[in-house]
Amino acid sequence: MDALVDLLGGFATALTPVNLLYALIGVALGTAIGVLPGIGPAMAVALLLPITYGLDPVGAFIMFAGIYYGGMYGGSTTSILINTPGESSSVMTAVEGNKMAKRGRAAQALATAAIGSFIAGSIGTALLVLFAPVMVALALTFGADDYFAVMLLAFVAACSVLGSSAIRGFASLGIGLSIGLVGLDPTTGQNRLSYGIPQLADGIDVVIVAVGVFAVGEALWVASRLRRTPAAVVGVGRVWMGRADWRRSWKPWLRGSFLGFPFGALPAGGSELPTFLSYILERRLSKHPEEFGHGAIEGVAGPEATNNSSAAGVMVPLLALGLPTTAVSAVMLSAFQQYGLQPGPLLFEREPELVWGLIASLFIGNAMLLVLNLPLAPLWAKLLHIPRPYLYAGILFFASVGMYAVNASALDLLLLLLLGALGFMMRRFGLPVIPLIVGSILGPMAELQLRRALQLSDGALTGLVTSPLSIGVYAVIALILLWPAGRALLRARRPRSGGGPERRTEPADS
Amino acid sequence: MSDAGAPPAAPAPGRSSHRTLRGRAELGVCAFLYLLAAVVLYDAASLGSDFTQRGPVGPAAVPTAVGILLIAVATLLTVDVLRGGRGAPEDSEDVDPDAPSDWRTLALLAGAFLTNVVLLDVAGWIISGALLFWGAAFALGSRHWIRDPLIAFAMSTGSYLLFSALGIWLPAGPFASGV
Repeated sequence: MDALVDLLGGFATALTPVNLLYALIGVALGTAIGVLPGIGPAMAVALLLPITYGLDPVGAFIMFAGIYYGGMYGGSTTSILINTPGESSSVMTAVEGNKMAKRGRAAQALATAAIGSFIAGSIGTALLVLFAPVMVALALTFGADDYFAVMLLAFVAACSVLGSSAIRGFASLGIGLSIGLVGLDPTTGQNRLSYGIPQLADGIDVVIVAVGVFAVGEALWVASRLRRTPAAVVGVGRVWMGRADWRRSWKPWLRGSFLGFPFGALPAGGSELPTFLSYILERRLSKHPEEFGHGAIEGVAGPEATNNSSAAGVMVPLLALGLPTTAVSAVMLSAFQQYGLQPGPLLFEREPELVWGLIASLFIGNAMLLVLNLPLAPLWAKLLHIPRPYLYAGILFFASVGMYAVNASALDLLLLLLLGALGFMMRRFGLPVIPLIVGSILGPMAELQLRRALQLSDGALTGLVTSPLSIGVYAVIALILLWPAGRALLRARRPRSGGGPERRTEPADS
Repeated sequence: MSDAGAPPAAPAPGRSSHRTLRGRAELGVCAFLYLLAAVVLYDAASLGSDFTQRGPVGPAAVPTAVGILLIAVATLLTVDVLRGGRGAPEDSEDVDPDAPSDWRTLALLAGAFLTNVVLLDVAGWIISGALLFWGAAFALGSRHWIRDPLIAFAMSTGSYLLFSALGIWLPAGPFASGV
């Protein structure tokens, strides 16, 4: 039970008054930004990352943990009240949550989301405490070829899992990988794609990529076709749940907690798939299946718990392997790099105070959120009434100030606008954004591991498959890649005059 | 003056030629991917291999692979678009899916953004940031001549104070001696 001792040490770090204050600021800002329509947790985290730059690493990560969980809470509030999931992970929450709100049960939907998130976040973080040391022990046996295989899996998974279209996913990945190439080649020190511009020689900061494509892209996209009448916001009273709601919620909460974590912890991360599965599961198990589609509380409780638990699970590959599998953890990795820290097995040895302080503040931030969000939900809901010109002007404003703060360089702002234009194009033509973010941060890391592996084997390609793990991972990759082809084959046998092959899947009506 | 929520109604010029191209606009994405592939491959080819190379894989190998991936994806996407596949535009509660792109608003927004890029180091964040917010809100159709600039200055001053409280430097401009 070494982990428990370490965790207590983490609490000792996180429970100082100053660090508690940082956690509180993080939680409050994260919720406030996350609740804004169209802003998901990843965007909230990327936008707010710069405000942690002035702090020492421990304080910064404690605030960061608060922002992360705060952004997730905020996102679910928006999904429920105006049916605008900022990110694919809260799409399922929006399905039933918004229906509940329209039937006058917004308060109950918010309550089951908030309490469910708290419970799932706590269980997920506890599982993180249990599994992170195991993963670290495992990671110490990883060779370069294993890392490379797992990173390839992360690429393929980001493009394929539940995506609207695998081709468009890979297009997005290709753009991200190209962005990742910019700068000095770490092995030989040669300049790639930087055209003699010194700022580009250091590479493009993934935070700027994330904010440009997410935040600026979103603002430009909405601005290009802004609806004249703002979305209807459902009012919230005091947030509470009746006895029947509790009875119908607690099982979905627990099921979601244990369903989400493994999906988050797998390098094929993301909470899209598990939240979808949780929704299906709850609909099947519910005693009121007829309510699904019209605002069933289980359909909010389950996916929302799953979402939070998977968010905790995502920390396992991030902390133990240094492997970001979602946009949020990509931004978080770049925060580590900002302080010259490299997450991975060695981080637990070298920076135990920081790692366990971060994990402890996940618990603390989670508890703070429950206290903050149940009574303050009506206040957060008021943020949804911000006139749209101010809202999107504000997003551009905060993106600018934050990204200027990264390097104090006005050139970065120009880059931000270009990336925003790219984000606009991707939204207009349905290219998913996540593969781009994952590609731009994991690309250089994968290249490094590939070259290391081939260096060890003296260029022989067999150097990429030296362990059972890497062979197994390649098998999984092959399965993911061949799955759509196999399905298309099956479909072709059935006579069917289908629409376009790239229709977006509507999870609600399957 | 119009309500803050209403964007300016922009008569889009050249609507008719727009319409004939509309169905195939996504081919622009394919063109972009081919272009990007060309840039990446050209850059990879121009990398000298005379550098002291550690290991069998040089600096051009991965860019070449990325370039090939881009060409493959661009080709598949072209085929898909020509066969009638469509990427679904992202929906959001604030987006009117049937509206054509409002290029005037976008140009004004980009103008406000670039003004900030140019002015930031000279005029400082408080002035430049306020202009950015006001300009962007104006571009998005807000026409409150008193409230808008007041909010803009409150935002830029507030963020300046918050950032300096958190130990992050922003250009102060003319207020440099005062703060």
